[in-house]
This record gives sequence, C-alpha cells and structure tokens, in this order.
Amino acid sequence: MLQFLNFTLSGLTLGVVFAAFALCLVLIFRATRVLNFAQGAQAMFTTYLGLEILQRGGSYWVALPVALVAGFLLGGFIERVIVRPVENGPEINPVIVTLGLFVALEALAAILFGNVLEAFPAPFSLTGLELGDTTVSLTRNDLWKYAAVLVAMVALLLLFSATSLGLRMRAAAFGQEVARLLGVRVGRMLTLGWALAGLFGSLAGVLIAGGGVISPTYMDGVVVFGFVAAVLGGLDSFVGALVGGVVLGLTSAYVSGYLGSELVTMAALLILVAVLLLKPGGLFSSSVARKV
Amino acid sequence: MTGPAPAGSEPPVLEVRDLVTAYGPVLALDGVSLSVPAGRITAVLGANGAGKTTLLRTVSGLVRPKAGSILLAGDDIGRAPVEEMVRRGMAHVPEGRGVIAELTIEENLRLGGLFRRGDDTAAEIEHVYEMFPALRQRAKRSAHTLSGGERQMLVVGRALLAKPRLLLLDEPSLGLAPLVVVQIFELVRRLVDETGLAVLLVEQNAKSALSIADTGVVLNLGRVVATDDAATLASDEGLRHAYLGF
Repeated sequence: MLQFLNFTLSGLTLGVVFAAFALCLVLIFRATRVLNFAQGAQAMFTTYLGLEILQRGGSYWVALPVALVAGFLLGGFIERVIVRPVENGPEINPVIVTLGLFVALEALAAILFGNVLEAFPAPFSLTGLELGDTTVSLTRNDLWKYAAVLVAMVALLLLFSATSLGLRMRAAAFGQEVARLLGVRVGRMLTLGWALAGLFGSLAGVLIAGGGVISPTYMDGVVVFGFVAAVLGGLDSFVGALVGGVVLGLTSAYVSGYLGSELVTMAALLILVAVLLLKPGGLFSSSVARKV
Repeated sequence: MTGPAPAGSEPPVLEVRDLVTAYGPVLALDGVSLSVPAGRITAVLGANGAGKTTLLRTVSGLVRPKAGSILLAGDDIGRAPVEEMVRRGMAHVPEGRGVIAELTIEENLRLGGLFRRGDDTAAEIEHVYEMFPALRQRAKRSAHTLSGGERQMLVVGRALLAKPRLLLLDEPSLGLAPLVVVQIFELVRRLVDETGLAVLLVEQNAKSALSIADTGVVLNLGRVVATDDAATLASDEGLRHAYLGF
C-alpha cells in the first residue's frame, strides 16, 4: 500500500511537469497549427542561463525569473523572426524550421555551456516528507513544483478566460480573418502566444532540472512525453494537456515501479495508440470541425 | 459616380474610384467605381464570380488593390492595414457569417466592442440582446450551437457594437429561410434610417436586396454594367434577365 502511494506521488509529480510542458505545445498549436519541436530545446537553453546565475552565486529566486523572462523573449523572437517568414508557405515548413531550431539550440548550448552533465540545485529539501513514522516519496521540492505549475496554470486560465487580451488571443487563434476584421492585431497575438509558451516551457525546464543534472539534451525525454500528453489531450485543449500529462506521469511511475523502467516508453506508446484508435481527435479536443 | 450628389461638401461615407484587383493574372475587379452616402444602402449585385466578394474584401483591406482608390469619409484608406478599419469606423461581415464558433455568443459580441471609443460595451451588448432575444438565452453557450439565422443575427449585432459609419455585408441571405432574410433586411433598413449608417450590401438574391437598397450596382466579370436607383434597376426587365436572374 505504501509502495502504491509512493508510486502515485512520484507519478503525479512527474505528471504535472509533463502537463506544464504539454501546455506550451497546446498554446502554440492552437494559435498557429504548428507543433513546436524546439520547445524543449528552448527550455533547456533558458535553464542553462539560470544555471549560469546560480554558478555565479546568484540565488534561485533570481535565476528562476531570469530564465522565465528569457523564455518569454526567446519564444516571441522565434515566432516573429524565424517562424513568421515561413508561415505562408506549405504547412510543413514551420514544423521543419522548429526541428532545425531544436538541433541548432542543442548544438549552441553544447558550445556555450559544455556538453557535460551539470548539477542544478533545488530550492527546497529533497528528502521525503514524514507522515507519522513513514517517509513518503514526496519532497518539499515536489510541493514547490505542484505550487509553481498550479499558479502558472491558474494565471494562464485567468488570462484566457477573464481578460480582454485573452479574448483577443483566442479570437486570433480560432478565427484569424474575422479577428483582423474586428480590429485584433493578430500578428501580435501570435507572437505573444509563442512568448507565453516559451515562458511556460522555461518554468517546466527549471522545475525538471531542480535537484538533478542538466545537459544540452536533458529535455529530450520530456519533449517526447510532453508531445504524447498533448496529443492525448487533443492538442488544443488546456484541460486535455493537464489530464494527458497526469495520466502519462502516473503510468510511467506504475510501469517503472511494478514492471521495470525499461518498459515506460513502450507503455506511453501503447496509451497513445489506444487513445488515437478509440478517439482520434484526442480526449478533449475542443475545436469545431470546420467546413471548407 | 452614383446616386444623388450630396448637398454641401460632405463627402460620401465610402467612395471607390476605378478599383482594380487581380488574383495573379486574373482581374477580379476591373475599374469599379461606386459610392455610399450616409444613411443609404448601396447593393452590389451580379452572378457568382462577378467580383462582389472581392470588392468587399478589397474595401476592407483583406485584399490589396492593384490600382484605384478607396476613400472612407474622404480619407484614402487603400494602404491602411485591415486591423485599422474598425477603428476608422468600418465593419465588415464576411461571407459565411464569420462567427468564431469556439467562443461563446457573449464573447463574440464582446469582440465587436473591443475598439470602440471609451463608452460602455455591456450596455450595448444588452441592446443587441433586445434586438435578438434568441441570442440572450444562449449567451454563455458556444456559438456553434446557433442556427444559420441566429449566426447572422450574431454577426450583424457584433458588427454594430463597433458603432461603424460603414457596414459591409457579404451575402447576408446565404442559406437562410426567406422569413429570416426579410427580418434581417428590415432590421438593416431601420438602422440605416435611424442612425445614418451607410451600408454596402453584396447579394446574389437581387430581388430582396433591391427591395431595401437605395442604389444598385450591377457587376459582371469585374466591371460595372449598370448603376442606378434600386427601383429603376428592379423594373428594367432586360437587365434583370441578363444579370440578376429574376
């Protein structure tokens, strides 16, 4: 029973991080119908910027906001300068561009920061909390992850559902031409969408790194699971990304705990195939089929 | 030029001169001129492919003209970005209704009022609900639950929230029951008479359009073949048979 509880707890922790990452992909896919393969590499890069600050003696609470701001700027920059110019060509072009960016960012990071493993400190204790006289696999640092992701998600949901800016962003995402006719500056909204995704991705990057080691490729695994989580949720639903992330996190923890960690990737693939077979649009797709 | 010359020096709300628009080598508009004074409805008629929709899309900036000028209350807007138009007092209801189906009815309406100068959008939305009570009942529901007629009400209401001087309406009767068409046209006529709104109406349903318009412009293959009083056009049998299909 305790074992099950521990697997569940570590699965949930993993799940919220997957969810945060899936959310970035959803944010961008909804608005521009582009799967941003560079998302993980962007997060890796800004996490390294945070690490630079930590290594120079800066505090975690300085490094984190720096990484977030850098993620925001990098995301906006990529949309405006790199993706926008190829948007009007064939649909596959922006996707290929983000793939190229993924390779380029990892290479650049290896040149700038070195292709070695480096420890990234955690802001809180990494020892399990004690419930009565047993120690469970939930640390103070895990609680910080939950809190950070929760706060960020609530902020994002509020932005989208309760502000005029959010309404304009959704209008730009779902009806570009109509939005322009109504006076929405669609280009700015798309840049902002990519920037927010960059910020959210940076948060996921720093949270994953905390208490572990990073290298220029440390996000690659997360990218795969983030994609699966996003696809599970239907690629355009925030709730779907959250559920997809948690489902995937729990599955990983159970499979790796009960069956062996080498089966985790296969389990993720099985879930993906099963969901796509039963509900090809994903679990929570909100988009209305459009007549052409 | 069309219609009665306006008294004094007040320019028409919309004036289009010698407009040429091309899709690649194909001229969709080939020297189109027309005007819409305040408080008037100008109907643009013609068969499929005559250039009607292209005309509206060029006026609102979605398509760039190759030549000619577009004046809104005397200002040349031929180079202004689409996003500017609403701030300059133009509202364009595109063909196919332009409802953003993923948003709720209320959110669609709020979008219409985003760029008004200052005053209270909530009160204006209330006013739209009074005009179209069917919308109020489903204000919080997603817009894809609406019927065709209700969608048309929603987009007209949304366009009005921007308090435009000029309303561009593209095929508002498309796919609607005749009774709903009458209802919408009567509403537009009333608004024009009461508020001095200028309307450029594009229609394939020439008979209904001419019944509420002041002036009619007949397009054929991108050229104006006739411009006259709506009543005169409606009684010109040769023209009706050749271009208007009734």
